[in-house]
Amino acid sequence: MTSAAPGFRVVIGLEAHVQLKTRSKMFCACPADYANAEPNTRVCPVCLGMPGVLPVINRRAVDLTILTGLVLDCRIPEHAKFDRKNYAYPDLMKWYQISQYDLPLCVNGHLDVTIDGSADRVRIRRVHLEEDTAKLTHVTASDGAPASLIDVNRSGAPLMEVVTEPDIKTPAQAAAFGEQLRGLLRWIGVSTANMDEGALRIDANVSVWPADHPVGAAKVEIKNMNSFRALSRALAYEIERQTELRRRGGALVQETRGWDEASGTTLVQRTKEEAHDYRYFPEPDLPPLHVTRARVDQLRAQLPRMPDDVAADLTSQGAPSADVAELLHDRALTDYAQAVIQAGADVPAAVTWIVHDLRRVLNARGLAADAIPIPPPELAALLQLRANGSVSSTMAADVLDEMFATGKPAAAIVHARGPQISAADQLLAIARQVIQENPQAVSDYHAGKQRALQYLMGQVMRLTRGKANPGAVSALIEQELGGTG
Amino acid sequence: MAADALCRLTLRAAADGLRAGQFTSVDLTQALLDRIQALDARVGAYLTVTADRALAQAQAADQRRAAGQDGPLLGLPLAIKDVLTTQGVPTTCASRMLEGFVPPYDATAVARLNAAGAVMLGKTNMDEFAMGSSNEHSAVKPVRNPWNLAKAPGGSSGGSAAAVAADECLAALGSDTGGSVRQPAALCGCVGLKPTYGRISRYGLIAFASSLDQIGVLTKDVPDAALLLHVLAGRDPRDSTSANVPVPDYPAGLDRGVDGLRVGVAPQYFGAGLHPDVERCVRQAIDALQTAGAVQRPVSLPHTKYALPVYYVIAPSEASANLARYNGVKYGRSDPQATDVDEMMSRVRAQGFGSEVKRRIMLGTYALSSGYYDAYYLKAQQVRTLIKNDFETAFQDVDIIAAPTAPAPAFDLGAKLDDPVAMYRSDVMTLPASLAGLPCLSIPCGFVDDLPVGLQLIAPPFAERRLLQAARAYERARGTLAAPVRQVDVP
Repeated sequence: MTSAAPGFRVVIGLEAHVQLKTRSKMFCACPADYANAEPNTRVCPVCLGMPGVLPVINRRAVDLTILTGLVLDCRIPEHAKFDRKNYAYPDLMKWYQISQYDLPLCVNGHLDVTIDGSADRVRIRRVHLEEDTAKLTHVTASDGAPASLIDVNRSGAPLMEVVTEPDIKTPAQAAAFGEQLRGLLRWIGVSTANMDEGALRIDANVSVWPADHPVGAAKVEIKNMNSFRALSRALAYEIERQTELRRRGGALVQETRGWDEASGTTLVQRTKEEAHDYRYFPEPDLPPLHVTRARVDQLRAQLPRMPDDVAADLTSQGAPSADVAELLHDRALTDYAQAVIQAGADVPAAVTWIVHDLRRVLNARGLAADAIPIPPPELAALLQLRANGSVSSTMAADVLDEMFATGKPAAAIVHARGPQISAADQLLAIARQVIQENPQAVSDYHAGKQRALQYLMGQVMRLTRGKANPGAVSALIEQELGGTG
Repeated sequence: MAADALCRLTLRAAADGLRAGQFTSVDLTQALLDRIQALDARVGAYLTVTADRALAQAQAADQRRAAGQDGPLLGLPLAIKDVLTTQGVPTTCASRMLEGFVPPYDATAVARLNAAGAVMLGKTNMDEFAMGSSNEHSAVKPVRNPWNLAKAPGGSSGGSAAAVAADECLAALGSDTGGSVRQPAALCGCVGLKPTYGRISRYGLIAFASSLDQIGVLTKDVPDAALLLHVLAGRDPRDSTSANVPVPDYPAGLDRGVDGLRVGVAPQYFGAGLHPDVERCVRQAIDALQTAGAVQRPVSLPHTKYALPVYYVIAPSEASANLARYNGVKYGRSDPQATDVDEMMSRVRAQGFGSEVKRRIMLGTYALSSGYYDAYYLKAQQVRTLIKNDFETAFQDVDIIAAPTAPAPAFDLGAKLDDPVAMYRSDVMTLPASLAGLPCLSIPCGFVDDLPVGLQLIAPPFAERRLLQAARAYERARGTLAAPVRQVDVP
């Protein structure tokens, strides 16, 4: 189900919670990265909510929120403040959360969501900053009784909330918004935005209305969606449920429902009567935030070029658009590719080679793109050797491996391996040996399968440790096999 | 020097004696611990006496002094209101809710005292979570006024005021949200200073109403208050509301006098409800300032009458959030008998909070509720601004404002316990300066019915120096008050 049933209108708004990549927590000096920490080891009196302690604003978290607002084309008001949001739950150490109520850091932005080449504008109502809660785990104790464990490590981690206007019309659009938002967040480096780690959590508000009826205030909030697929499925289920309800003449009941992945349904968590009255009021422990023009300008200047601009650049210089799209998923890899191009490498060759060969090595070594040990000019030099035929593709890949392993420059490695073999007499013996040992490939070749030639060439390359001149090998094999192809 | 004479010393006199080698910090500390042992069963000023720790600190101070070191408070024994966290020492706010709570951190104010070499005698009694004006809302025991043991000492820093007044310490720290340092200082006959909001870090001050809470000092005279303020004041990176304003040398130039100082007198502080003899004492004190060279000027603070309702909306609202964290899960009181978490939390809160605390949590929760916020909290904040503006306007014409601290001398224990509004009214003179965040102090200015009366002085933001100079000028003009016998001294 991708759009409203005939005669109905679907209204969807999203709230994305994003954990920010800061060194310390939102209001204390505890490390914000608790991913591999033992429970309750990244805590202090402040994030434990002990008596008498006070919050201190993490300036970096404010900056990252403003950066997000800027890429979403938000207005950054000069005056913002923190408020107390009061609710009683055991995962909330102070029984109030420091959040932002009526004066958020960013307002009135938008994100154009593209599906199959056509873009729809989703307005962003606000982006604000708050603190995360502790984590509850419900277990069965040794005596068989239900118990809840509290891990306070997450308490006080900086959490940014992006709230859209109810401009989204389909589950697919909601998922696309989420994916695009995740891409932007990663691109500007404010969050890992990994949904499976809870660094990006998206709640959806959805309501279905008869098309001839004005859209009312009632809506259903859905939580617990841990992937874009879940987001899309939960919305589709809920739209169907509400449409059915409308068909039977039922009224929509405002409530919070949780997505249940196993059953593929949403279940009631909280009804309107159980809704919290958050009793917001200005946080008296923190002075109001004054965001100067100078600070916003300085942050704007720190923003990288956005992916669309980079993509246009690269494709206009001949890079295959599929490879460019692949490259742009990884900001660090893109930065690296641009540095390699800057160092003189051919644009299409650099993009393709980095997306395929370099990434293969990174994956094999378990390295992230921001940990590539090879200076970009060295990679440019290797690509240059490959472009002028000094090394074959196969050998270039080998050389790259060795560059990772030894840190030696490409030229030195190639030199140590000895010169490329172009001499027909040397290659001919090897080519004949390969043909003899691979009868299946030979008959495939005669059957017209081009890939068989590639395979046989590969075998020659293997035996010469990549030093054979590819053009010469190809010509020799075709000559030996009678040149049909 | 006789033990009782040691206990009566001011901080400065004691420091002089230590420097001259007339006695040691251990002598002084032991004398005070003995006096606490002898008297405090009748006064109830202390919740915890940290005798061993105090003697160890005194010994360390004596060793430092023997090694040629000195410090502004080196070896001087003080008492700390139990609203300030003390590392390794129980901190309860006189509440059942915090039974057994031993903080792993010092309040910044406490850390500063420690760094200055002070000795901590113990933690003083108070109204539970600093909510009250008589100290009868302590969940542990009431405090009795050392001058008349049937009377209340005032509150909420009643324990600190009584400890100073009964010579059970040389000086004490308190906290003042709506008058909780000044009113008990007035009722117990000591000096009580509440600095500008933001002058002393609130880190480790267990919050009652965050936008009003401020640490204050209770001392035997004005120079002692200046000495303590100088140690405590200053920006603290752990308190974002602490002010980044330079700290002048408060003790220096204290005797500058009041020549030409314009003293404002507002009719709003001398209206109905003011005890006539209190008024007489306060007016005599203002006249004494005039004789010393000051000039009296009438000023008007027209929104004063709204201070009480405004305060009783804002303070409980903030308190309702500040006290929400006490749910029995992490520290303090818990209830292992409860069968589920909801039951545990509601039982802990039902048993752990006293009636006045519950009343204020209910008031504040109501005032912040959806649909009431604008009518109560927001409106109160707007009127608070008007009250602040009153003072700003007045301070264009005068340098300082003089008023009574409390409308009447100490009242009988139990007299107002069943009438919360009557109790709230005893803070009516101190609330406006708290709402405006202004520095203010109370200084004894006479006795009525053998009970002390306080003169309140209020200054513009961060004009503590002027405030202390004016108070010192009055103190010198006043001389030693002809005091009746303290009941606590009568065996």
